[in-house]
Amino acid sequence: MREFGYRRAVDVPGAVALLGADPEARFLGGGTNLVDLMKSGVERPALLVDVRELPLDRIEVTQDGGLRIGATVTNSDLAAHPEVRRRYPALAQAVLAGASGQLRNMATVGGNLLQRTRCGYFTDLAAPCNKRAPGSGCSAVEGEHHNHAILGASAHCVAVHPSDMGVALAAFDAVVSYETADGPGELPLDAFYLPVGDTPHRETALPPGALITAVTLPPAPVAALSRYRKVRERASYAFAIGSIAAALDVRDGVVHEVRLAFGAVASRPWRARTAERALTGGPVSADAFAAAADAELAAAEALPHNGYKVTLTRNLVVAVLTDLAEEAAR
Amino acid sequence: MTPSTSSAITLNINGEKHTLPVDHRTTLLDALRERLDLTGTKKGCDQGQCGACTVLIDGRRAVSCLQLAVAAEGREITTIEGVADGDRLHPVQQAFLDLDGYQCGYCTPGQICSALAVIEEHAAGWPSAVTADVRPEAGVPQLTAEEIRERMSGNLCRCGAYVSIVEAVARAAQVSAAEAAQGPSAGTEAAA
Amino acid sequence: MTTTTGPTRITGAVGTAHTRVEGRDKVTGAARYAGEIPFADLAHGWLVVSTVARGSVRSVETAPVLAMPGVLTVLHHGNAPRVDADYIGLLGQPDPIVGLFQSDRVPCAGWPVALVVAETSEQAREAAEALVVRYETEPHDIEFTPDRPGTYTPEPRETMETDKGDLERELAASAVVVDARYSTPEEHHHPMEPHAATVRWDGGRLEVHDSNQGSKWVADELAKLFSLDPASVRVLSEHIGGGFGSKGVRPHQVAAAMAATVLHRPVRVVLTRRQMFSLVGYRSPTTHRVRLGADADGRLRAFGHDAQNLTSTVKEFVEQSAGFGRVMYDADAHRTANRLVRLDVPTPTWMRAPGEAPGSFAVESALDELAERCGIDPIALRARNEPTAGPVSGLPFAGRNLLACFEEGARRFGWAERDPRPGVRREGRWLLGTGTAAATFPAGAAPSTAAVTAQPDGTFTVRITASDIGTGARTALTLIAADALEVEPGRVQVRIGDSDFGHAMVAGGSTGTRSWAWAIMAAAADLREQLALGGDIPPEGVTARSDTSAAIAALPEKERHSYGAQFAEVAVDTTSGEVRVRRMLGIFAAGRIVNPLTARGQFIGGMTWGISMALHEEAVRDRASGAHVGPDLAGYHFAAHADVPRIEADWVDDPDVDDPVGIKGIGEIGIVGAAAAVANAVWHATGVRHRDLPIRPDRVLLAGTGAGPDGSRRA
Repeated sequence: MREFGYRRAVDVPGAVALLGADPEARFLGGGTNLVDLMKSGVERPALLVDVRELPLDRIEVTQDGGLRIGATVTNSDLAAHPEVRRRYPALAQAVLAGASGQLRNMATVGGNLLQRTRCGYFTDLAAPCNKRAPGSGCSAVEGEHHNHAILGASAHCVAVHPSDMGVALAAFDAVVSYETADGPGELPLDAFYLPVGDTPHRETALPPGALITAVTLPPAPVAALSRYRKVRERASYAFAIGSIAAALDVRDGVVHEVRLAFGAVASRPWRARTAERALTGGPVSADAFAAAADAELAAAEALPHNGYKVTLTRNLVVAVLTDLAEEAAR
Repeated sequence: MTPSTSSAITLNINGEKHTLPVDHRTTLLDALRERLDLTGTKKGCDQGQCGACTVLIDGRRAVSCLQLAVAAEGREITTIEGVADGDRLHPVQQAFLDLDGYQCGYCTPGQICSALAVIEEHAAGWPSAVTADVRPEAGVPQLTAEEIRERMSGNLCRCGAYVSIVEAVARAAQVSAAEAAQGPSAGTEAAA
Repeated sequence: MTTTTGPTRITGAVGTAHTRVEGRDKVTGAARYAGEIPFADLAHGWLVVSTVARGSVRSVETAPVLAMPGVLTVLHHGNAPRVDADYIGLLGQPDPIVGLFQSDRVPCAGWPVALVVAETSEQAREAAEALVVRYETEPHDIEFTPDRPGTYTPEPRETMETDKGDLERELAASAVVVDARYSTPEEHHHPMEPHAATVRWDGGRLEVHDSNQGSKWVADELAKLFSLDPASVRVLSEHIGGGFGSKGVRPHQVAAAMAATVLHRPVRVVLTRRQMFSLVGYRSPTTHRVRLGADADGRLRAFGHDAQNLTSTVKEFVEQSAGFGRVMYDADAHRTANRLVRLDVPTPTWMRAPGEAPGSFAVESALDELAERCGIDPIALRARNEPTAGPVSGLPFAGRNLLACFEEGARRFGWAERDPRPGVRREGRWLLGTGTAAATFPAGAAPSTAAVTAQPDGTFTVRITASDIGTGARTALTLIAADALEVEPGRVQVRIGDSDFGHAMVAGGSTGTRSWAWAIMAAAADLREQLALGGDIPPEGVTARSDTSAAIAALPEKERHSYGAQFAEVAVDTTSGEVRVRRMLGIFAAGRIVNPLTARGQFIGGMTWGISMALHEEAVRDRASGAHVGPDLAGYHFAAHADVPRIEADWVDDPDVDDPVGIKGIGEIGIVGAAAAVANAVWHATGVRHRDLPIRPDRVLLAGTGAGPDGSRRA
């Protein structure tokens, strides 16, 4: 870890100004990912601007019945908040499924969205990796990739985004607010993450020097009946090999509204809009769920050792929607 | 201008103030172990992947290996050395000792600090990943063995002492509940 | 003052639960481990390891690093003190990796190539990361597959291969045959405390505070390495944060000793978790072909086990998986073999139940397959094949209480109610199943010395170079000494972990407590004889010493082993492929149990390792680079709290009349057979055999189930 300067910001304009246009400066939130990456040498900032004490630690119900979540709200506080648990239970479940109690106490909402992939080649400085060292190649395509992407990847990078929280946020149309020296801005989560293409090192559409200030969830009555399910290689304290956030509103025996997003399948939380379209207005049945999942996964491109994720994701769609349908019928 | 890469800071640890210059790279864990001779907090992985370095920061559990010391200034830190009340062990410590909730002992300070927080978090009504219904209307889940296991999962134990650690946490939780109620335990389901 | 052992004989400490004597220190954080002993003027060393899998170091560009703040020295093959790793130690030749920086050769990825020493650990780390090492690379080969070219039978051949009868003929004559291949992946010890040593020269002696499984063992090997008089090396290891076979002489002590010598000041070297993947040994991946032939009633006619593992190009290490069947099952034809291939990887080493852990997975899985095909209950099959003498050795068993374990276990687990059909128990999305497997591990002892001192105040001090790596040895030895001296345990202080106490067995091979107890009992008996003569106890006390070499050599040759029966119940999620163990029970015949409280922890700890081996553990190497992928505790999973259900362990009476100690080791048998019990339960749940560990969700999903995903049901 190289030596670096440290500044503690007390307000948002101050934080943005402290970071300035320095490409070697980073905002420090909980540090659970950044400090780890600094230790492994992947991140080598010259300056850290600590944003933990910014007044961005509140969760507020918006006038239209959504939620505005401050960027420095910890994962723990987010998952424990009664309005999150009541209005978006899948979001609380997703957060609780991630990391550990200790890490959730440290990690922030803003940092969670910006966390980097856990691909083993990304964190190994000796390995070729286009995300870490553009142009060096991708070790995973021909190497170990059993937990890599099946959707939206490219020959340049097949890494997956590790967030659980992000999957639920994607399902609920989250909008990311940020602040720059030139003023504030907003990005819907769909536009927040960039396609992989041949620039896997460019992960988000945030302007340089931007500070995430909040994540807003529009009102979503459908989310009241929602669920997050995560599959991993041990029962807890592990990243997903597959996950799903789902919400379902059944009226008169047909799907009135449905939300679906997948984790651990792409470089971003994957909103399954094709499956949602296939289901909306249709019957509530396992066959319909499976057909919708197949429609979404028709675009999947598996590598030799991650094809199981197609089956896994399909099974999760059917299982979780079936559960929600049963719950709706009660 | 090149910013300074070290700072003089004051850390508040176990109710005592320690003023020291730190390299900004110094983690809270290394400050405790290498600068302040508080070696009870253990370094197992230095990457937030094992929980051995768990301490309480402002009353909440955190991994001190990913916490920069300079960023911990102004916060209340409790380490394993600050858990007992003088010679009187905390009920969590006593339960670990009585029920053999350890073997080599290296993950133990982290397990104990984590257990203290688990009991508090549960008392505060926080759900977990195994809580069947997280909606506030569903109420607070019982602190079953399954709930304890999930909530303690950020603390790895390679000796494989999990079974007796869970027993110890369950017993300590009962003691805490009983102390809180100033009477017999209010039906906390005992772990197996 | 005159001391006697009291007016009434006080015994019975052994066999009664006692909390750990060092327990208070462990729960308050007061217990100090090797990297935590304070020293003035301490310097910090950080190892640099190779990024190539085969080749040589062309250059180490030290100048820029030496100019960095706080950097004191950079040691590498061009300037390091000379050491000699060509010696035979207590447990054989060392891994040549401890001949640190003696040549430019790089035989594997992660090989130590330099040590950077600086005033602070932050400076050392940064400088180590900045150090540029250039290599000449050569093509490497890390591909481990069954029967690949280069596979050979190591020497001595007679211990690597056994052959009785005509295996092919008996297989051909068998009514039922199982011929199956099994595999286990590369597994790592990962004790929670990383290897750490703090070294200084103190009055002409090399003083080493180290985390290891035998401080005299490490002291003697360091003396050999550095060509020192053994008396001039002292190794202290009061508390050890786990070992599991990985903590012997390793690069960290050697590096710290080199740096302390060069810099004339104390130096600490602590391995990073990532470095532990390549510097401290591991369990080799294994492959197995098991061939069983039986009559229709399950009686074995043929037993064949061909096991293979890998080793490095610099040292032979054999994971002797085929040893399991030599003890467990007899047959008219019986053939076993351990075979090996040398690859460009680090040298494997002993890891909890070396040989027996992977060997039992293969054989006990195959037994379950045989039971299925014969239509016989798995326990009945084992009872039918219970040998009366060592199947290969022909020696008598010094007690073989395997069936007693199965009987007690079956009763407590509710085995009699088990429906043998696979894939028929469902609970929501979960398919449920139960499985069982047998366990065994050798009960050995090795020569040790001990000293027991009677003090004038009526207390006693035991000095022995034992090591408590979490086993509870310190407490167990206190109880043993108390009974041997016929005093209360509170009057006995057991001091361990100091090489100055003399030669003793290491904590390994489940022989530690047995070996040390033997020496303590002998010294205590001698001391009591001396005290019985009466007279004053001088201020320095009265000391008796023992050496068990002769007594151990005189022990008649027999098949001496512990046994056990493992039971597991699993649930398999058919939509996700996840396997969860719901409960486990292990019943063991493991000699005299000294401290039931800590013994239970040893058994359950081993069984927890079995769950972990069955479902989680797997280190992955990249074929292109030869290096590990994701070498950290997020990439290498071992069981967390949530993976481990209620586990019960208990034991049956297991006396050995001609054994003066009666203790057998209990550190390893808990893992033996445990992974097989889980895998057999997965078969019982799903109807699908998993012969390759770990049983990951993707494997379960791809293999399918006998029942199809539950999600296919109608909403």
